[in-house]
Amino acid sequence: MTRLKEHLSHLSHLFLPLSVLVLLIIINLIKGADYFSITMVNGAFYGNIPNILFGASELVILTIGMTLVSAASQGQDISIGEIATITSAVFVLFVLNAGQVTLLTIIAGFLISCVAGLVVGAFNGILVSGFKVQPMVATLILFLGGRSIAFMIDGKLSPILANNISNQIGTVIPGVPIQTPIILTVVFIVIIAVVLKTTNLRLYVESVGINPSAARLNGINPKKIIFLTFLIMGVCAAVAGFIAVNKAGRHDSVNLLKLIMMDAILAVAIGGNSLGGGKFSMSGSIIGAYTIEMLNRTLLRLEVEPEAIKAFKAVFIIILMVIASPVVRVFAGKVLDKAKTIVAGNSLPKTGGLNNAVVSSTDTSGKKEK
Amino acid sequence: MLSENILKMEGISKSFPGVRALHNVDFVLRKGDIHALMGENGAGKSTLIKIITGVYEKDAGQIVLDGRPVNFKSPQDAQNMGIGTVFQEIALCPNLTVAENMFIGRSRNAFVQWKQMNAKAAQMLSSLGIPASPTQELSSCSIAVQQMIAIARAVDMDCKILILDEPTSSLDEDEVKKLFELMRKLKARGVGIVFITHFLDQVYEISDRITVLRNGELIGEYQTSELPQIELISKMMGKALSDVSTMKKQGPLKSDSSVSVFEATALSSAAGVRPFNFTIQKGEVNGFAGLLGSGRSECVRAIFAADKVTSGEVKMNGKRVKIKTPLNAMKQGIGYLPEDRKGDGIIADLSVRDNIILALQVMKGFFKPLSRKQAEEFSNQYIEKLSIKTPSINTPIKSLSGGNQQKVILARWLLTHPMYLILDEPTRGIDVGTKVEIQKLVLGLAEDGMSLTFISSEIDEMLRTCSRMIVMKDREIVGELSEMNLTEQNVMRVIAQGGE
Repeated sequence: MTRLKEHLSHLSHLFLPLSVLVLLIIINLIKGADYFSITMVNGAFYGNIPNILFGASELVILTIGMTLVSAASQGQDISIGEIATITSAVFVLFVLNAGQVTLLTIIAGFLISCVAGLVVGAFNGILVSGFKVQPMVATLILFLGGRSIAFMIDGKLSPILANNISNQIGTVIPGVPIQTPIILTVVFIVIIAVVLKTTNLRLYVESVGINPSAARLNGINPKKIIFLTFLIMGVCAAVAGFIAVNKAGRHDSVNLLKLIMMDAILAVAIGGNSLGGGKFSMSGSIIGAYTIEMLNRTLLRLEVEPEAIKAFKAVFIIILMVIASPVVRVFAGKVLDKAKTIVAGNSLPKTGGLNNAVVSSTDTSGKKEK
Repeated sequence: MLSENILKMEGISKSFPGVRALHNVDFVLRKGDIHALMGENGAGKSTLIKIITGVYEKDAGQIVLDGRPVNFKSPQDAQNMGIGTVFQEIALCPNLTVAENMFIGRSRNAFVQWKQMNAKAAQMLSSLGIPASPTQELSSCSIAVQQMIAIARAVDMDCKILILDEPTSSLDEDEVKKLFELMRKLKARGVGIVFITHFLDQVYEISDRITVLRNGELIGEYQTSELPQIELISKMMGKALSDVSTMKKQGPLKSDSSVSVFEATALSSAAGVRPFNFTIQKGEVNGFAGLLGSGRSECVRAIFAADKVTSGEVKMNGKRVKIKTPLNAMKQGIGYLPEDRKGDGIIADLSVRDNIILALQVMKGFFKPLSRKQAEEFSNQYIEKLSIKTPSINTPIKSLSGGNQQKVILARWLLTHPMYLILDEPTRGIDVGTKVEIQKLVLGLAEDGMSLTFISSEIDEMLRTCSRMIVMKDREIVGELSEMNLTEQNVMRVIAQGGE
C-alpha cells in the first residue's frame, strides 16, 4: 500500500510532462485521426511517432546530461551544442583520415570523440568546480568559441561523411525495422538508468545540489561531483554529436545542433526539475525532451509558418509554465480539497468514499483547467 | 493599560498533510506583557507563531487584534498591522550591509537615501549597544550580532506586538542581558512581547505569563510567578514530577580504561584555532566550554577536518593516521554533528531515509549503494530507536520539527557506528524533552564504549554529561577540569582568569 502511494507520488512529478504530452496527442488527433499510423518503408517503420523518436534522439541524450549538471551545479551548460560540434568534428576528422572505413574505424572514431567530449567537459568542469565560475558564464566561453574550434578541426567547410556505415547509423540498418538513432538513444537511456541504479550518483548529485556544505561534512566532495557531472555532459554531447553528424552525412560546424541547449534546458524544466539544483527526475526530463520534439512537429503539422513557429512555441511554453507554477498548483490544491470535502460529505464510507472523492475531484479540477 | 488585550486568538486549528499541528488553541496577549510560549518540539509553538505572523493561514478559529477581528493573508499584512517578528533562523541577507538589512523593503521612496539611512542605523545600533557598523557587510558580523540586528529591525518598525522566536539561543550572557533590557524598555512602551525560548531560567527572569502547548493542544495559561519551574517542565513534557527530577540526577560517567581512542598533537586549522593538544579515552564524554567565539567549534571542526587542517599530528587508538578530509575522519571512525543544523547538517529536500543513510552510504562508496530494503530497514530501526516523529521515511526532512531533524542527523552518525562522536550543540533550539533524551543517549552510548565530545551553550547540560571539560578562550585552550574540580564556578573562573 505504501509502495503504491509512493509510486503515485512519483507519478505526480511527471504530471506536467505527461499532461502536455497528452494534450499534444489530442491536438494531433483532432488534426487528423491517422496520427498514430505507422507505415513500413524499405523494411523500417515510419510515421509520426517514429519521426518524433528519431528527431528527438540528440535532444534526449543532451537533456540527460543537462539534468545532472543542473542538479549538481545549480546552473546550466549552454555550450552543449558547441561541444557536440567539436567532438563530431574530431570524429569526422578521424574517419576521413582513416582511408578505408570499416565498422572498427567508426567505433574507434566514436570512442575518440567521447574522449574529446571528456576533455571539453573537463574544461567546463574545472572552471565551475575549481574556479567557482557560474556555470552559464563558464560555458559561455565555449558557446562563443566552440564552433570556430570545430571549424579549425574540420579545416574546411562541411566535410562530407560519404560512407555506408555512417549512413546506416544515421538512418536504418537493413533488416532492422527501427531507425538506428532511436536504438542508440534507448541504449543510452538504459545505460544511464543502470548507472543511477548501481551507483550513488543520484544521492551524491542531489546532496551537493541541495546543500554542498552538508554534503562535504558527510564525506562527499562537492567539487568532484560537479566536475563529474560536466564530464558526463561531455560524453552526452559526444554521443549526440555522433548521432547528429551521421544523420546529416556531413559536418556543418555552423549549424550542427545550433541552439539546442535552449531545448535541453526547457526539457529539464518541463520534466518538473528545478533549474536551481537539487532533486531531479530523469524520467521527467526525458519525457520533456520528447514533448518538445512533438511540439515542434505538431506546429509543423498544423501548418504554422516556419517563421512563426518560434512565436507559437514561446506562447505554448508560457502557458505551460504558468500552469505548472506553484501559484496555480496551490490554487488547484485548494479546489481539489474543496471538491473532496463536498464529496466526502455525501458519501460517508471511509476508504471507498475517499477514493471516490479523489477520482471525482481530479475530474472537476481537470475540467477547470481546460 | 492594565490587562488590556491586544491580541486574542480563539479556537485556532491548523493541519498539514498527515500532521495535526494545532487543535483548538487559545492565546491571549496583553498590552505591555512579556508572554512566554512554551512547549516541546512539535507542540505547535512555531505553527502558532506562523499563524500570528501571517506565514500560514489558520484552518479554523479567529484572531482579534486590538478589538478587531483580522485575517492575515501574508506576512506583509501582519507586519503592516504592527506585528514584528524575529525568527529562530536569521532571515536577513548576508551580503548586504547592516544598514541595508535594517531598512530593506521599508522605504516608501524609490530612491535610497544612503546617508540618512546609515545615520539612522548608526544611531539605533549605538542606542541598543550593538557592536556593528552600518556599512559593514552583515556576513562579517557574528551570529549573535546578526540576531540583534534582526531584533533592531523589528523593533524599529513601531510594532505593537513583537515576537521573539528563540532570540537568545546564540547569544552569550552579556548579550542576553542587553536584550532583556531592551525587552523591558519595549514592555514599558506597551508593546506586547511573545517570547519563545528553551532556556527556562530566562523565562522566569523576564516573562509575566506563560502559555504551555503540548502536541498541538493548549495545556494552560499561567502567571509566571505562580508556576514553579519543575511544574512547568512536567506540563510541557506531560510527565509526572518525579520523572523529571530523576532525569536531572544522572551523574557524569567515569572513563574505564587508559586507551586513547583519539589523540591530537599541535592540531590547528585554517579557521584560526591555535595549535592544541587533545585526547579522549574510550567511553569518555568530554566537553568544550567557553563563550561564543572562543573557538570550541573550530577545535572540533579541526578534529574532523571540516576546516582545512594546517598543522598537527593525529593518532587513533595509538596509531598515527592522516585526516585531511571529512571522509578520512569518517573512515577512521569519527562522526561529527555540526553546530549549524540547517546550513551544515540536513539535506533539506531529501527524505528522512536518505538523510539517515547518507554518511554510511558515503563511507561504503560511490559504487556500492545500499539496497532499498537495507536503507529502509536502517531508517526504520533508528526512527524507532530515537523515537523520531515523522509521517514516513520518505518525508522530506525539512518538514520535520527542529528536534526531530536533529535526531535524524544523530541517527545518521550512529548508523556509521563511530568510535568517537562529536556533537556540537546537539540541543540547540530544541525542546526540553528532546534535550534530556539526547543527554541520556550520550551517557548510554558512552556506557557502551563510545567516546563522545558534547558541546552545549548550556553549561549545566555539559556538567551533567561530561566527565571532563576543556575550557577555551580566544581560540586557545586555557584549562581543563575534571572530577571534583568540575563545577560551574570553576569553569567561570578559568574563563575569567584566562591562561593564568
